[in-house]
Amino acid sequence: MAVRQIRRSSIWTNVLITFVMVLTFLNLVVVSGILVGLIQGAVDAVRTHYISDVIISTPTSKNYIENSPAVIEILKKDSRIDSFSARYLKAGTVEANYKAQVKTTDKTDMASASFAGIDPIAEDKVADISRFIVEGSFLTPLDYDQVVVGSYLLKRYMPVDSPGFSTLSSDVRPGTKIRINVGGVQREVTVKGIIKSKLDEINMRVFMVDSQFRNLVGRTDYNVNEISIKLKPGNDPVRVRDDLLVQGVGQVAKVQTFTDAEPKFIKDMIQTFAILGDIFSSIGLVVAAITIFIVIFINAITRRKFIGILKGIGISGEAIEVSYVMQSFFYAITGSIIGLLLVYAVLQPFIAAHPIDFPFSDGILVAPISSTLFRIALLIISTVIAGYVPARMIVRKNTLDSILGRN
Amino acid sequence: MIETKKLQRSFFTGNIETKVLKGIDLKVETGEFIAIMGRSGAGKSTLMYQMSLLDEPTAGEIIIDGNDTHKMTAEEKTKFRLEKLGYVFQDYALIPELTALENVVLPLLMQGVEKSKAYELSFESLSKVGLVNHLHQLPSQLSGGEQQRASIARAIAHQPNILFADEPTANLDNESSRAVMKIFTELHAAGQTIIMVTHEEPYGKMAQKIVRIDDGQIIGIEKN
Repeated sequence: MAVRQIRRSSIWTNVLITFVMVLTFLNLVVVSGILVGLIQGAVDAVRTHYISDVIISTPTSKNYIENSPAVIEILKKDSRIDSFSARYLKAGTVEANYKAQVKTTDKTDMASASFAGIDPIAEDKVADISRFIVEGSFLTPLDYDQVVVGSYLLKRYMPVDSPGFSTLSSDVRPGTKIRINVGGVQREVTVKGIIKSKLDEINMRVFMVDSQFRNLVGRTDYNVNEISIKLKPGNDPVRVRDDLLVQGVGQVAKVQTFTDAEPKFIKDMIQTFAILGDIFSSIGLVVAAITIFIVIFINAITRRKFIGILKGIGISGEAIEVSYVMQSFFYAITGSIIGLLLVYAVLQPFIAAHPIDFPFSDGILVAPISSTLFRIALLIISTVIAGYVPARMIVRKNTLDSILGRN
Repeated sequence: MIETKKLQRSFFTGNIETKVLKGIDLKVETGEFIAIMGRSGAGKSTLMYQMSLLDEPTAGEIIIDGNDTHKMTAEEKTKFRLEKLGYVFQDYALIPELTALENVVLPLLMQGVEKSKAYELSFESLSKVGLVNHLHQLPSQLSGGEQQRASIARAIAHQPNILFADEPTANLDNESSRAVMKIFTELHAAGQTIIMVTHEEPYGKMAQKIVRIDDGQIIGIEKN
C-alpha cells in the first residue's frame, strides 16, 4: 500500500518531500563537513606547504641543528625520501624608504621578520611555495641580493595598525630596494617577489637563497634550522621518523611527523568545529523529523476515513502504521541516496578541485564514509519515528468515528 | 447465525445520555437476507454497526456463529471482521490509490492468502459483479455504480459468513441500484447471509425479511 500511495500520489509532493530530505542530508553531512574542512584545509596547507611529512627542527636548547651536513647525508641515502628542503632561519628586521630618513634619530619604515635561507629548487619541490607568488617572481639558485617578501610584512596586504605588529607602510613592490638587518649585519637587497599564502609561516618570512644567507649570518658550518622531508607515496612517516631517531638524528634535532608537529590547538579546533557541525546537524535532523511528521500527519489525517475503512474491513492497525512508516523510510532512503551521490560524486570532488576560499584556509569538504553512514542511520531513524507517530495517532482513533468522519 | 440480546447503544454529550438502541433482540439465521428499515435517526445504521462489530455496544450481547463477541479483544474483532465479515458502505469506501483489483485483493493478502490465489479469487469476485473489464482502473475512473460493485466484490471475495451493507444504493441512480440489488439477490440465492440497511422500500422488499426499527426499538419484522 505504501508503494501504491507513493506511486499514485502527486509527483510534486514526492519531489518536494524528497527535496527536503536531500537538503536535510546535505545539512547533516555538508555543514559539518565544511566546518571540519575549514580547519582541515588549513592543516593540509601546513603539511603541503611547510612541514611536509616529517620535519627535523632545532632543539629548544640550541640555535640550529648541529652537524646538519651529517643529517643531510642520512636523508640523501634514504630511498623512501622523495625530497627535502633544509632551511636557515633567523629573526631580523626589514626597512623600506630608509633613504628618506633625514636625521639618524628619525624612525624608519621598519618591520620585524623571520628570514629564511632556502635552496629555491628544493624548497619548491617539497613545499611548492612558488605558486603563492602574487607579484614578481620566485627565487632561483643564482639570485644575489634578491629576496621574496611575505605579504604580512607589507601594509597594503596586511592593513593592521597594532603596536605589537609592524608592517612596511611604504609602497614595496618587485624591484624596490629594502634594507635587511639579520644577526647584526645590514644589507640592501632588491625585492624580487611578494609571496601571499594562507600560512602565517610563509607570509611573515623573507626568503633568500641559502648560500647568500650563510654569507650574511656567517653560518659557514652549514648547520641549518629545520629540514622538511617529503616522502615518496606509500611510505609511513612514523617509520621514517623512528628510523631517523635510531640513526641518531634525535641527538642533535627534534624529529617529528606531521601529526606530531601539529599544534594541540589545531586538534582542539578540529574537534570544536566537529561539535559545532554536530549541533547544526542535530537542528537539521529535528527540522527533517518535523517536516516528515507534518507530511505524514497531513497525509494520515486527510486519509482518516480510508484508514477507518481499512480497519473496518479488518486490516490491522499495525499493518496501516507499517505502510506509513514504509513511506517515511522511502523518503529518507531516496533523499539519502541522492544526497550521497551529490556529496561523493559532485560536491567532494568539486570542492577538492576548487577549495572554498576562506580567509585563513582553502576549505575542503571532509565527509568520511563511516560518519556519513552514521548520519544516514540517524536520518532514517528520526524520519521513521516521525512517520510512525502521526500514523499511530490517527490509527488509534475509533474505527467508526474515522469512517463516519466524527471527531 | 447472528443474534443480538438486549442490545443497547447510547451516546453521551457531557452528562446527557442519548439512547439510540434500546434493547434490541434480533436473530438472523445463516443464509437469510434481511433489510433493516426505518426513518432517519431510528437507529438502523447504529444497529448494523453493532452487529458488524464496527462499534461497541453500551450493553447487551452479540453472538455470531456461536462466538460471544463481547469477550473478544479489539485485535480478535479486527481479525474476525477480516475473515468472517464483509462490508459494503454507502460511499463505496474504496482506497483511492488502489485499482479495483488491488482493492479487492488487499484484504485477502492481509488474511495470508497466497498472492496468486488472492489475485485469482479477486478476479473471480470482480467477474461476479461484472467488472472484469475494469480490473486495473482506479476508483476515480469508475462510475458510482461500478465503484459500488467493486466494493461488493471486495466484501465477498473471501466468502464471508455475513455480508453487511449500509445503504448500498443511497448514492446510486436507479439503474445502478437495481444492478447492485440484483447482485445481492444472486448472492443470497447462493446462500450468502446478508444484512442490509436501507430506507428505500422497493429494495427492502427484495430481502427475505424487513426488520422495522423506530426510536431504537424493533417495531416489526415482515416476511417478503
